[in-house]
Amino acid sequence: MRNTFINKITEMAQNNKKIMVVTADLGYSVLEGFRDLYPSRYFNVGISEQAMASVAGGLALEGNIVITYSIGNFSTLRCIEQIRNDICYHNANVKIVSVGGGFSYGQLGMSHHATEDIAMMRTIPGMKVLVPSDPEEAAAAAEYVINTDGPCYIRLAKNREPKLYDKTDYKLDKMYRLTSGNGKAALISCGPVLKNVISAAEILESENIIADIYSSPCVSPLDTASLKEIIDSYDFVFTVEEHNVTGGLGGAVAEVISGYPDRKAVLHRLGLQNCFASIVGDHDYLCEQYGISAGKIADAVRGIIK
Amino acid sequence: MNSEELAWKIRKHSVDMVHESHASHIGAALSAADILAVLYTEVLNINPESPDSDDRDRFVMSKGHAGVAVYSVLAEMGFFPVKWLSTYYQNGSNLSGHISHKNVPGVEISTGSLGHGCVMACGMAMAAKSADKLHHVYTLVGDGECNEGSVWEMAMIASRFKLDNFTVIVDRNGMQAMGYCEDIMPTAPMASKWESFGWSVTEVGDGNNHEQLRRAFAISSTGKPKCIIANTVKGKGISFMENNLLWHYRDPQGEFYEKAIKELEACRP
Repeated sequence: MRNTFINKITEMAQNNKKIMVVTADLGYSVLEGFRDLYPSRYFNVGISEQAMASVAGGLALEGNIVITYSIGNFSTLRCIEQIRNDICYHNANVKIVSVGGGFSYGQLGMSHHATEDIAMMRTIPGMKVLVPSDPEEAAAAAEYVINTDGPCYIRLAKNREPKLYDKTDYKLDKMYRLTSGNGKAALISCGPVLKNVISAAEILESENIIADIYSSPCVSPLDTASLKEIIDSYDFVFTVEEHNVTGGLGGAVAEVISGYPDRKAVLHRLGLQNCFASIVGDHDYLCEQYGISAGKIADAVRGIIK
Repeated sequence: MNSEELAWKIRKHSVDMVHESHASHIGAALSAADILAVLYTEVLNINPESPDSDDRDRFVMSKGHAGVAVYSVLAEMGFFPVKWLSTYYQNGSNLSGHISHKNVPGVEISTGSLGHGCVMACGMAMAAKSADKLHHVYTLVGDGECNEGSVWEMAMIASRFKLDNFTVIVDRNGMQAMGYCEDIMPTAPMASKWESFGWSVTEVGDGNNHEQLRRAFAISSTGKPKCIIANTVKGKGISFMENNLLWHYRDPQGEFYEKAIKELEACRP
Protein backbone atom coordinates (compact mmCIF):
# COMPACT_ATOMS: atom_id res chain seq x y z
CA MET A 1 0.00 0.00 0.00
CA ARG A 2 2.93 2.37 0.46
CA ASN A 3 3.65 2.23 -3.27
CA THR A 4 -0.02 2.71 -4.10
CA PHE A 5 -0.14 5.75 -1.82
CA ILE A 6 3.05 7.32 -3.14
CA ASN A 7 2.15 6.54 -6.76
CA LYS A 8 -1.15 8.33 -6.23
CA ILE A 9 0.65 11.32 -4.72
CA THR A 10 3.09 11.34 -7.64
CA GLU A 11 0.20 11.22 -10.10
CA MET A 12 -1.53 14.16 -8.40
CA ALA A 13 1.75 16.12 -8.29
CA GLN A 14 1.72 16.38 -12.06
CA ASN A 15 -1.15 18.88 -11.95
CA ASN A 16 -0.69 20.15 -8.42
CA LYS A 17 2.64 21.95 -8.37
CA LYS A 18 2.35 22.64 -4.67
CA ILE A 19 2.94 19.01 -3.71
CA MET A 20 6.40 18.42 -2.23
CA VAL A 21 8.04 15.38 -0.63
CA VAL A 22 10.54 15.52 2.23
CA THR A 23 12.16 12.28 3.33
CA ALA A 24 14.54 11.53 6.17
CA ASP A 25 16.53 9.23 3.90
CA LEU A 26 14.02 6.41 3.58
CA GLY A 27 11.86 5.32 0.67
CA TYR A 28 14.26 3.21 -1.40
CA SER A 29 12.33 1.80 -4.39
CA VAL A 30 9.32 3.93 -3.37
CA LEU A 31 10.18 7.62 -3.76
CA GLU A 32 12.44 7.54 -6.83
CA GLY A 33 9.52 8.13 -9.19
CA PHE A 34 8.57 11.39 -7.48
CA ARG A 35 12.21 12.40 -7.14
CA ASP A 36 12.97 11.92 -10.82
CA LEU A 37 9.82 13.62 -12.07
CA TYR A 38 9.88 16.60 -9.69
CA PRO A 39 13.45 17.12 -8.47
CA SER A 40 12.81 20.72 -7.35
CA ARG A 41 9.99 19.52 -5.09
CA TYR A 42 11.81 16.57 -3.55
CA PHE A 43 14.10 16.98 -0.53
CA ASN A 44 16.07 14.22 1.16
CA VAL A 45 17.18 15.97 4.37
CA GLY A 46 19.21 13.03 5.58
CA ILE A 47 18.59 10.97 8.69
CA SER A 48 17.16 13.87 10.66
CA GLU A 49 13.50 13.44 11.45
CA GLN A 50 13.25 16.46 13.74
CA ALA A 51 14.54 18.68 10.97
CA MET A 52 12.31 16.91 8.46
CA ALA A 53 9.23 17.91 10.46
CA SER A 54 10.32 21.52 11.02
CA VAL A 55 11.50 22.00 7.44
CA ALA A 56 8.17 20.61 6.24
CA GLY A 57 6.42 23.15 8.45
CA GLY A 58 8.45 25.97 6.89
CA LEU A 59 7.84 24.72 3.34
CA ALA A 60 4.12 24.41 4.04
CA LEU A 61 3.83 27.92 5.49
CA GLU A 62 5.06 29.15 2.11
CA GLY A 63 1.99 27.66 0.45
CA ASN A 64 3.06 24.11 -0.31
CA ILE A 65 1.46 20.73 0.43
CA VAL A 66 4.28 18.78 2.03
CA ILE A 67 4.56 15.01 2.47
CA THR A 68 7.06 13.80 5.08
CA TYR A 69 8.10 10.18 4.83
CA SER A 70 9.83 7.74 7.15
CA ILE A 71 9.31 4.55 9.13
CA GLY A 72 6.62 4.32 11.87
CA ASN A 73 8.14 5.86 14.96
CA PHE A 74 10.74 7.95 13.15
CA SER A 75 8.36 10.30 11.36
CA THR A 76 6.15 10.55 14.45
CA LEU A 77 7.51 9.89 17.95
CA ARG A 78 11.05 10.98 17.13
CA CYS A 79 9.86 14.46 16.27
CA ILE A 80 6.60 14.77 18.15
CA GLU A 81 7.34 18.21 19.56
CA GLN A 82 8.17 19.50 16.08
CA ILE A 83 4.87 18.04 14.88
CA ARG A 84 3.00 19.67 17.76
CA ASN A 85 4.63 23.11 17.65
CA ASP A 86 5.84 23.61 14.11
CA ILE A 87 3.18 21.73 12.14
CA CYS A 88 -0.04 21.55 14.16
CA TYR A 89 0.14 24.84 16.08
CA HIS A 90 0.79 26.60 12.77
CA ASN A 91 -1.88 24.54 10.98
CA ALA A 92 0.80 23.78 8.41
CA ASN A 93 -0.32 21.77 5.40
CA VAL A 94 1.92 18.80 6.14
CA LYS A 95 1.03 15.16 5.55
CA ILE A 96 3.08 12.91 7.78
CA VAL A 97 3.49 9.46 6.26
CA SER A 98 4.83 6.52 8.17
CA VAL A 99 5.40 3.12 6.69
CA GLY A 100 5.69 -0.10 8.64
CA GLY A 101 2.77 0.61 10.97
CA GLY A 102 2.06 -1.87 13.77
CA PHE A 103 3.98 -5.13 13.42
CA SER A 104 4.84 -4.68 9.72
CA TYR A 105 8.53 -4.91 10.57
CA GLY A 106 7.96 -7.63 13.15
CA GLN A 107 11.36 -9.30 13.28
CA LEU A 108 13.23 -5.99 13.30
CA GLY A 109 12.32 -5.55 16.92
CA MET A 110 10.86 -3.03 19.33
CA SER A 111 12.39 0.06 17.69
CA HIS A 112 10.50 -0.71 14.48
CA HIS A 113 7.15 -1.65 16.02
CA ALA A 114 4.83 1.35 15.69
CA THR A 115 2.26 0.61 18.36
CA GLU A 116 1.64 3.98 20.06
CA ASP A 117 1.80 6.29 17.03
CA ILE A 118 -1.94 6.55 16.41
CA ALA A 119 -2.54 7.58 20.02
CA MET A 120 0.19 10.20 20.02
CA MET A 121 -0.79 11.72 16.69
CA ARG A 122 -4.48 11.69 17.54
CA THR A 123 -4.07 13.79 20.66
CA ILE A 124 -2.44 16.74 18.92
CA PRO A 125 -5.10 19.36 18.12
CA GLY A 126 -5.77 19.74 14.40
CA MET A 127 -4.23 16.44 13.34
CA LYS A 128 -6.28 14.09 11.19
CA VAL A 129 -5.29 10.44 11.49
CA LEU A 130 -5.79 7.93 8.67
CA VAL A 131 -5.03 4.22 8.91
CA PRO A 132 -5.91 2.54 5.60
CA SER A 133 -6.37 -1.22 5.50
CA ASP A 134 -5.69 -2.02 1.85
CA PRO A 135 -4.29 -0.38 -1.29
CA GLU A 136 -7.65 1.07 -2.31
CA GLU A 137 -8.09 2.75 1.06
CA ALA A 138 -4.50 3.99 0.78
CA ALA A 139 -5.23 5.56 -2.61
CA ALA A 140 -8.37 7.16 -1.18
CA ALA A 141 -6.26 8.44 1.72
CA ALA A 142 -3.82 10.06 -0.73
CA GLU A 143 -6.66 11.93 -2.42
CA TYR A 144 -8.20 12.86 0.91
CA VAL A 145 -5.04 14.36 2.41
CA ILE A 146 -4.13 16.36 -0.69
CA ASN A 147 -7.63 17.81 -0.80
CA THR A 148 -7.86 18.46 2.96
CA ASP A 149 -6.12 21.54 4.32
CA GLY A 150 -4.01 21.13 7.46
CA PRO A 151 -1.97 18.45 9.20
CA CYS A 152 -2.69 14.77 8.51
CA TYR A 153 -1.06 11.56 9.63
CA ILE A 154 -1.19 8.59 7.28
CA ARG A 155 -0.14 5.28 8.78
CA LEU A 156 0.74 2.75 6.10
CA ALA A 157 2.06 -0.80 6.27
CA LYS A 158 4.44 -2.18 3.66
CA ASN A 159 3.80 -3.46 0.18
CA ARG A 160 1.63 -6.05 -1.51
CA GLU A 161 -1.17 -6.00 1.04
CA PRO A 162 -4.26 -7.51 -0.63
CA LYS A 163 -7.44 -5.70 -1.51
CA LEU A 164 -9.78 -6.65 1.34
CA TYR A 165 -13.28 -5.76 0.15
CA ASP A 166 -15.37 -4.14 -2.57
CA LYS A 167 -16.12 -0.47 -2.01
CA THR A 168 -19.42 0.86 -3.28
CA ASP A 169 -20.42 4.41 -2.33
CA TYR A 170 -17.22 4.50 -0.33
CA LYS A 171 -16.08 7.48 1.74
CA LEU A 172 -12.75 7.30 3.52
CA ASP A 173 -13.87 9.38 6.49
CA LYS A 174 -16.94 7.23 7.18
CA MET A 175 -17.11 3.84 8.87
CA TYR A 176 -17.82 1.36 6.08
CA ARG A 177 -19.79 -1.82 6.77
CA LEU A 178 -18.46 -4.82 4.89
CA THR A 179 -21.23 -7.21 5.92
CA SER A 180 -25.03 -7.54 5.95
CA GLY A 181 -25.78 -5.71 9.18
CA ASN A 182 -27.58 -8.57 10.94
CA GLY A 183 -24.87 -9.46 13.41
CA LYS A 184 -24.95 -9.59 17.16
CA ALA A 185 -21.56 -7.97 17.43
CA ALA A 186 -19.81 -5.24 15.49
CA LEU A 187 -16.09 -5.52 14.81
CA ILE A 188 -14.58 -2.11 14.06
CA SER A 189 -11.05 -2.06 12.73
CA CYS A 190 -8.45 0.03 10.94
CA GLY A 191 -5.29 -0.88 9.07
CA PRO A 192 -4.28 -4.17 7.46
CA VAL A 193 -5.29 -6.15 10.57
CA LEU A 194 -8.77 -5.83 9.03
CA LYS A 195 -7.76 -8.93 7.04
CA ASN A 196 -7.63 -10.89 10.31
CA VAL A 197 -10.97 -9.44 11.36
CA ILE A 198 -12.57 -10.64 8.13
CA SER A 199 -11.14 -14.13 8.67
CA ALA A 200 -12.28 -14.09 12.30
CA ALA A 201 -15.84 -13.27 11.21
CA GLU A 202 -15.72 -16.21 8.80
CA ILE A 203 -14.65 -18.54 11.60
CA LEU A 204 -17.45 -17.23 13.81
CA GLU A 205 -20.02 -17.53 11.02
CA SER A 206 -19.14 -21.19 10.62
CA GLU A 207 -20.21 -21.51 14.26
CA ASN A 208 -23.42 -19.55 13.62
CA ILE A 209 -22.10 -16.48 15.42
CA ILE A 210 -22.77 -13.52 13.15
CA ALA A 211 -20.55 -10.49 13.50
CA ASP A 212 -20.59 -7.39 11.32
CA ILE A 213 -17.37 -5.77 10.19
CA TYR A 214 -16.73 -2.06 9.92
CA SER A 215 -13.64 -0.50 8.40
CA SER A 216 -12.81 2.81 10.05
CA PRO A 217 -9.64 4.14 8.39
CA CYS A 218 -10.31 7.64 9.66
CA VAL A 219 -9.44 7.41 13.35
CA SER A 220 -9.49 11.18 13.76
CA PRO A 221 -11.92 12.72 13.25
CA LEU A 222 -13.88 9.58 14.02
CA ASP A 223 -17.20 8.99 12.24
CA THR A 224 -19.23 9.56 15.38
CA ALA A 225 -22.60 9.46 13.60
CA SER A 226 -22.02 5.91 12.39
CA LEU A 227 -20.57 4.94 15.74
CA LYS A 228 -23.69 6.20 17.51
CA GLU A 229 -25.83 3.98 15.29
CA ILE A 230 -23.54 1.03 15.93
CA ILE A 231 -23.65 1.30 19.72
CA ASP A 232 -27.45 1.51 19.61
CA SER A 233 -27.78 -1.48 17.26
CA TYR A 234 -25.43 -4.11 18.62
CA ASP A 235 -25.03 -5.81 21.98
CA PHE A 236 -21.26 -5.96 21.60
CA VAL A 237 -18.70 -3.74 19.92
CA PHE A 238 -15.11 -4.88 19.46
CA THR A 239 -12.33 -2.64 18.24
CA VAL A 240 -9.39 -4.42 16.65
CA GLU A 241 -6.14 -2.63 15.96
CA GLU A 242 -2.45 -3.29 15.47
CA HIS A 243 -1.67 -0.82 18.23
CA ASN A 244 -1.87 -0.35 21.95
CA VAL A 245 -5.50 -0.36 23.09
CA THR A 246 -4.78 2.86 25.00
CA GLY A 247 -5.36 5.90 22.86
CA GLY A 248 -5.73 4.24 19.49
CA LEU A 249 -8.92 3.29 17.67
CA GLY A 250 -10.25 1.57 20.79
CA GLY A 251 -9.46 4.59 22.89
CA ALA A 252 -11.10 6.92 20.38
CA VAL A 253 -14.26 4.79 20.32
CA ALA A 254 -14.31 4.59 24.11
CA GLU A 255 -14.08 8.36 24.42
CA VAL A 256 -17.04 8.87 22.11
CA ILE A 257 -19.36 6.22 23.51
CA SER A 258 -18.74 7.27 27.10
CA GLY A 259 -20.95 10.22 26.25
CA TYR A 260 -23.88 7.89 25.59
CA PRO A 261 -24.70 6.11 28.86
CA ASP A 262 -27.92 4.62 27.44
CA ARG A 263 -26.12 2.79 24.66
CA LYS A 264 -26.94 -0.83 23.98
CA ALA A 265 -23.44 -2.03 23.26
CA VAL A 266 -20.62 -3.09 25.57
CA LEU A 267 -17.16 -2.21 24.22
CA HIS A 268 -14.16 -4.55 24.15
CA ARG A 269 -10.82 -3.39 22.80
CA LEU A 270 -8.47 -5.87 21.14
CA GLY A 271 -4.86 -4.95 20.48
CA LEU A 272 -1.70 -4.66 22.54
CA GLN A 273 -2.78 -4.52 26.16
CA ASN A 274 -0.45 -1.76 27.35
CA CYS A 275 2.72 -3.66 26.58
CA PHE A 276 5.59 -3.74 24.13
CA ALA A 277 6.01 -6.65 21.76
CA SER A 278 9.30 -8.09 22.99
CA ILE A 279 9.04 -11.48 21.32
CA VAL A 280 10.86 -11.98 18.01
CA GLY A 281 8.54 -12.87 15.19
CA ASP A 282 7.06 -11.98 11.85
CA HIS A 283 3.86 -10.02 11.42
CA ASP A 284 1.50 -12.98 11.62
CA TYR A 285 3.36 -14.51 14.55
CA LEU A 286 3.19 -11.30 16.58
CA CYS A 287 -0.51 -10.85 15.78
CA GLU A 288 -1.07 -14.35 17.16
CA GLN A 289 1.03 -13.67 20.25
CA TYR A 290 -0.73 -10.41 21.04
CA GLY A 291 -4.28 -11.51 20.42
CA ILE A 292 -5.13 -10.04 17.03
CA SER A 293 -4.76 -13.03 14.70
CA ALA A 294 -7.97 -14.29 13.09
CA GLY A 295 -8.12 -17.20 15.54
CA LYS A 296 -7.46 -15.04 18.60
CA ILE A 297 -10.00 -12.43 17.55
CA ALA A 298 -12.59 -15.17 17.03
CA ASP A 299 -11.72 -16.64 20.44
CA ALA A 300 -12.17 -13.27 22.13
CA VAL A 301 -15.50 -12.57 20.45
CA ARG A 302 -16.83 -16.06 21.08
CA GLY A 303 -15.76 -15.97 24.71
CA ILE A 304 -17.50 -12.71 25.42
CA ILE A 305 -20.76 -12.97 23.51
CA LYS A 306 -21.62 -16.60 24.25
CA MET B 1 13.99 56.04 13.05
CA ASN B 2 17.61 54.94 12.86
CA SER B 3 18.96 51.71 14.31
CA GLU B 4 20.35 53.36 17.46
CA GLU B 5 16.99 54.93 18.23
CA LEU B 6 15.18 51.66 17.62
CA ALA B 7 17.63 49.72 19.80
CA TRP B 8 17.03 52.19 22.61
CA LYS B 9 13.27 51.83 22.25
CA ILE B 10 13.55 48.04 22.26
CA ARG B 11 15.45 48.26 25.54
CA LYS B 12 13.04 50.74 27.10
CA HIS B 13 9.90 48.85 26.06
CA SER B 14 11.39 45.50 27.06
CA VAL B 15 12.38 46.69 30.54
CA ASP B 16 8.97 48.29 31.03
CA MET B 17 7.07 45.23 29.79
CA VAL B 18 9.05 42.77 31.87
CA HIS B 19 8.73 45.08 34.90
CA GLU B 20 4.97 45.50 34.51
CA SER B 21 4.27 41.83 33.89
CA HIS B 22 6.85 40.24 36.20
CA ALA B 23 8.15 38.27 33.23
CA SER B 24 11.63 36.81 32.73
CA HIS B 25 14.34 36.74 30.04
CA ILE B 26 15.13 40.47 30.02
CA GLY B 27 18.85 39.66 29.70
CA ALA B 28 18.27 37.79 26.43
CA ALA B 29 16.14 40.60 25.00
CA LEU B 30 18.84 43.17 25.80
CA SER B 31 21.61 41.14 24.17
CA ALA B 32 19.59 40.79 20.95
CA ALA B 33 18.29 44.38 20.82
CA ASP B 34 21.02 45.72 18.55
CA ILE B 35 20.88 42.80 16.10
CA LEU B 36 17.13 43.30 15.77
CA ALA B 37 17.45 47.06 15.44
CA VAL B 38 19.92 46.84 12.55
CA LEU B 39 17.95 44.06 10.87
CA TYR B 40 14.64 45.88 10.96
CA THR B 41 15.88 49.37 10.07
CA GLU B 42 18.43 48.52 7.40
CA VAL B 43 18.38 44.91 6.25
CA LEU B 44 14.91 43.38 6.01
CA ASN B 45 12.72 44.21 3.03
CA ILE B 46 9.42 44.45 4.88
CA ASN B 47 6.40 46.71 4.92
CA PRO B 48 4.14 47.06 7.94
CA GLU B 49 1.30 47.99 5.57
CA SER B 50 1.48 44.55 3.93
CA PRO B 51 3.02 42.20 6.47
CA ASP B 52 2.10 39.10 4.42
CA SER B 53 3.32 40.26 1.01
CA ASP B 54 4.82 37.39 -0.92
CA ASP B 55 8.13 39.09 -1.67
CA ARG B 56 8.88 40.21 1.88
CA ASP B 57 12.01 39.01 3.61
CA ARG B 58 11.24 36.56 6.39
CA PHE B 59 12.61 36.87 9.92
CA VAL B 60 12.13 34.05 12.40
CA MET B 61 12.95 34.58 16.09
CA SER B 62 14.22 31.14 16.99
CA LYS B 63 15.23 32.18 20.52
CA GLY B 64 11.58 32.80 21.29
CA HIS B 65 12.14 33.60 24.95
CA ALA B 66 13.38 37.03 23.88
CA GLY B 67 10.09 37.69 22.11
CA VAL B 68 9.56 40.86 24.11
CA ALA B 69 12.27 42.49 22.01
CA VAL B 70 10.59 41.54 18.72
CA TYR B 71 7.19 42.74 19.90
CA SER B 72 8.86 46.05 20.74
CA VAL B 73 10.39 46.27 17.25
CA LEU B 74 7.15 45.45 15.48
CA ALA B 75 5.19 48.01 17.48
CA GLU B 76 7.75 50.72 16.78
CA MET B 77 7.86 49.78 13.08
CA GLY B 78 4.08 50.15 12.85
CA PHE B 79 3.00 46.53 12.49
CA PHE B 80 0.63 47.06 15.40
CA PRO B 81 -0.09 49.86 17.88
CA VAL B 82 2.53 50.56 20.55
CA LYS B 83 -0.23 50.44 23.16
CA TRP B 84 -0.57 46.69 22.52
CA LEU B 85 2.76 46.27 24.33
CA SER B 86 1.05 46.96 27.64
CA THR B 87 -0.96 43.74 27.16
CA TYR B 88 2.20 41.62 27.12
CA TYR B 89 1.88 38.58 29.41
CA GLN B 90 -1.61 39.66 30.50
CA ASN B 91 -4.69 37.44 30.63
CA GLY B 92 -6.44 37.41 27.25
CA SER B 93 -3.51 39.01 25.39
CA ASN B 94 -2.05 37.89 22.06
CA LEU B 95 1.49 38.69 23.27
CA SER B 96 2.72 35.59 25.10
CA GLY B 97 6.05 35.40 26.89
CA HIS B 98 7.58 33.26 24.17
CA ILE B 99 6.91 34.79 20.80
CA SER B 100 3.58 33.99 19.16
CA HIS B 101 2.41 34.66 15.60
CA LYS B 102 -1.31 34.30 16.18
CA ASN B 103 -3.05 37.65 15.71
CA VAL B 104 0.31 39.43 15.88
CA PRO B 105 1.13 41.09 12.52
CA GLY B 106 4.78 40.74 11.55
CA VAL B 107 5.55 37.59 13.52
CA GLU B 108 6.17 34.72 11.09
CA ILE B 109 6.37 31.79 13.47
CA SER B 110 5.65 30.95 17.10
CA THR B 111 8.64 29.58 18.93
CA GLY B 112 9.77 28.94 22.48
CA SER B 113 11.11 25.42 22.32
CA LEU B 114 14.69 25.87 21.18
CA GLY B 115 15.97 24.47 17.90
CA HIS B 116 12.61 24.72 16.14
CA GLY B 117 12.26 28.16 14.57
CA CYS B 118 15.60 28.17 12.80
CA VAL B 119 14.76 24.84 11.17
CA MET B 120 11.37 26.07 10.01
CA ALA B 121 13.16 29.13 8.64
CA CYS B 122 15.42 26.76 6.72
CA GLY B 123 12.29 25.18 5.21
CA MET B 124 11.04 28.63 4.24
CA ALA B 125 14.34 29.33 2.48
CA MET B 126 14.10 25.96 0.68
CA ALA B 127 10.60 26.90 -0.49
CA ALA B 128 11.90 30.22 -1.84
CA LYS B 129 14.75 28.50 -3.69
CA SER B 130 12.44 25.87 -5.10
CA ALA B 131 10.11 28.56 -6.47
CA ASP B 132 12.94 30.85 -7.71
CA LYS B 133 11.82 33.63 -5.39
CA LEU B 134 14.28 36.35 -4.52
CA HIS B 135 13.49 37.18 -0.91
CA HIS B 136 15.87 36.31 1.93
CA VAL B 137 15.17 34.39 5.14
CA TYR B 138 16.85 35.41 8.41
CA THR B 139 16.72 33.70 11.77
CA LEU B 140 18.18 34.58 15.16
CA VAL B 141 19.38 31.76 17.41
CA GLY B 142 21.02 31.84 20.82
CA ASP B 143 24.40 30.25 21.48
CA GLY B 144 22.80 28.16 24.23
CA GLU B 145 20.23 27.11 21.63
CA CYS B 146 23.09 25.63 19.65
CA ASN B 147 23.16 22.81 22.23
CA GLU B 148 20.10 21.49 20.40
CA GLY B 149 20.91 18.77 17.87
CA SER B 150 18.24 20.04 15.50
CA VAL B 151 20.28 23.23 14.95
CA TRP B 152 23.05 21.11 13.48
CA GLU B 153 20.64 19.01 11.44
CA MET B 154 19.54 22.32 9.96
CA ALA B 155 23.16 23.38 9.47
CA MET B 156 23.77 20.30 7.33
CA ILE B 157 20.55 20.69 5.36
CA ALA B 158 21.00 24.39 4.55
CA SER B 159 24.52 23.66 3.34
CA ARG B 160 23.43 20.62 1.32
CA PHE B 161 20.78 22.67 -0.47
CA LYS B 162 23.13 25.66 -0.96
CA LEU B 163 20.73 28.09 0.68
CA ASP B 164 22.47 31.39 -0.07
CA ASN B 165 19.10 33.04 0.56
CA PHE B 166 19.34 32.10 4.23
CA THR B 167 21.17 33.80 7.11
CA VAL B 168 21.47 32.52 10.66
CA ILE B 169 22.54 35.07 13.26
CA VAL B 170 23.94 33.62 16.47
CA ASP B 171 23.35 35.89 19.46
CA ARG B 172 26.51 34.75 21.18
CA ASN B 173 26.07 36.25 24.62
CA GLY B 174 27.97 33.39 26.22
CA MET B 175 25.33 32.47 28.78
CA GLN B 176 22.61 29.89 29.02
CA ALA B 177 20.04 28.84 31.60
CA MET B 178 22.43 27.52 34.26
CA GLY B 179 25.59 29.52 33.66
CA TYR B 180 28.27 30.33 31.11
CA CYS B 181 28.00 28.30 27.91
CA GLU B 182 31.64 27.35 28.12
CA ASP B 183 31.05 25.79 31.54
CA ILE B 184 27.73 24.12 30.79
CA MET B 185 28.22 22.86 27.24
CA PRO B 186 31.07 24.46 25.36
CA THR B 187 30.15 25.58 21.85
CA ALA B 188 33.54 27.08 20.98
CA PRO B 189 34.98 27.31 18.46
CA MET B 190 31.65 28.50 17.13
CA ALA B 191 32.85 29.99 13.85
CA SER B 192 34.80 26.95 12.70
CA LYS B 193 31.88 24.70 13.61
CA TRP B 194 29.62 26.51 11.16
CA GLU B 195 32.41 26.77 8.60
CA SER B 196 33.00 23.04 8.78
CA PHE B 197 29.30 22.50 8.08
CA GLY B 198 29.76 24.43 4.84
CA TRP B 199 28.58 27.89 5.83
CA SER B 200 29.96 31.28 4.96
CA VAL B 201 30.75 32.68 8.41
CA THR B 202 31.23 36.26 9.54
CA GLU B 203 32.18 36.91 13.14
CA VAL B 204 31.22 40.24 14.69
CA GLY B 205 33.61 41.18 17.48
CA ASP B 206 31.08 43.41 19.21
CA GLY B 207 27.61 42.18 18.42
CA ASN B 208 26.08 45.19 20.12
CA ASN B 209 27.92 47.59 17.80
CA HIS B 210 25.68 48.68 14.95
CA GLU B 211 28.41 49.57 12.50
CA GLN B 212 30.04 46.16 12.94
CA LEU B 213 26.66 44.43 12.51
CA ARG B 214 25.93 46.55 9.44
CA ARG B 215 29.17 45.45 7.80
CA ALA B 216 28.46 41.80 8.58
CA PHE B 217 24.98 41.93 7.04
CA ALA B 218 26.41 43.60 3.93
CA ILE B 219 28.70 40.67 3.12
CA SER B 220 27.00 38.50 0.51
CA SER B 221 27.37 34.79 0.11
CA THR B 222 26.97 32.81 -3.09
CA GLY B 223 26.22 29.11 -3.07
CA LYS B 224 26.38 28.84 0.70
CA PRO B 225 24.13 29.77 3.62
CA LYS B 226 25.46 32.57 5.79
CA CYS B 227 26.12 32.59 9.52
CA ILE B 228 26.78 35.77 11.46
CA ILE B 229 28.19 35.15 14.89
CA ALA B 230 27.48 38.25 16.94
CA ASN B 231 29.47 38.35 20.17
CA THR B 232 27.03 40.17 22.40
CA VAL B 233 26.66 40.92 26.09
CA LYS B 234 23.73 39.41 27.92
CA GLY B 235 21.80 42.19 29.64
CA LYS B 236 23.56 44.81 27.46
CA GLY B 237 22.74 48.39 28.36
CA ILE B 238 21.78 47.97 32.02
CA SER B 239 25.00 47.80 34.05
CA PHE B 240 23.85 45.47 36.80
CA MET B 241 22.21 43.06 34.35
CA GLU B 242 25.24 42.67 32.11
CA ASN B 243 26.70 39.15 32.21
CA ASN B 244 24.58 38.37 35.24
CA LEU B 245 22.61 35.12 35.03
CA LEU B 246 20.12 36.34 37.62
CA TRP B 247 18.52 38.55 34.95
CA HIS B 248 17.66 35.57 32.81
CA TYR B 249 14.99 35.04 35.42
CA ARG B 250 14.36 38.12 37.57
CA ASP B 251 12.17 41.04 36.63
CA PRO B 252 13.34 44.51 37.70
CA GLN B 253 11.26 46.01 40.50
CA GLY B 254 11.71 48.85 42.97
CA GLU B 255 15.18 50.33 43.04
CA PHE B 256 16.33 47.96 40.30
CA TYR B 257 13.68 49.21 37.93
CA GLU B 258 14.40 52.83 38.81
CA LYS B 259 18.13 52.34 38.24
CA ALA B 260 17.51 50.56 34.93
CA ILE B 261 15.33 53.39 33.65
CA LYS B 262 17.81 56.00 34.88
CA GLU B 263 20.63 54.29 33.01
CA LEU B 264 18.56 54.06 29.85
CA GLU B 265 17.50 57.69 30.03
CA ALA B 266 21.14 58.70 30.42
CA CYS B 267 22.06 57.17 27.08
CA ARG B 268 18.99 58.04 25.06
CA PRO B 269 20.10 58.76 21.47
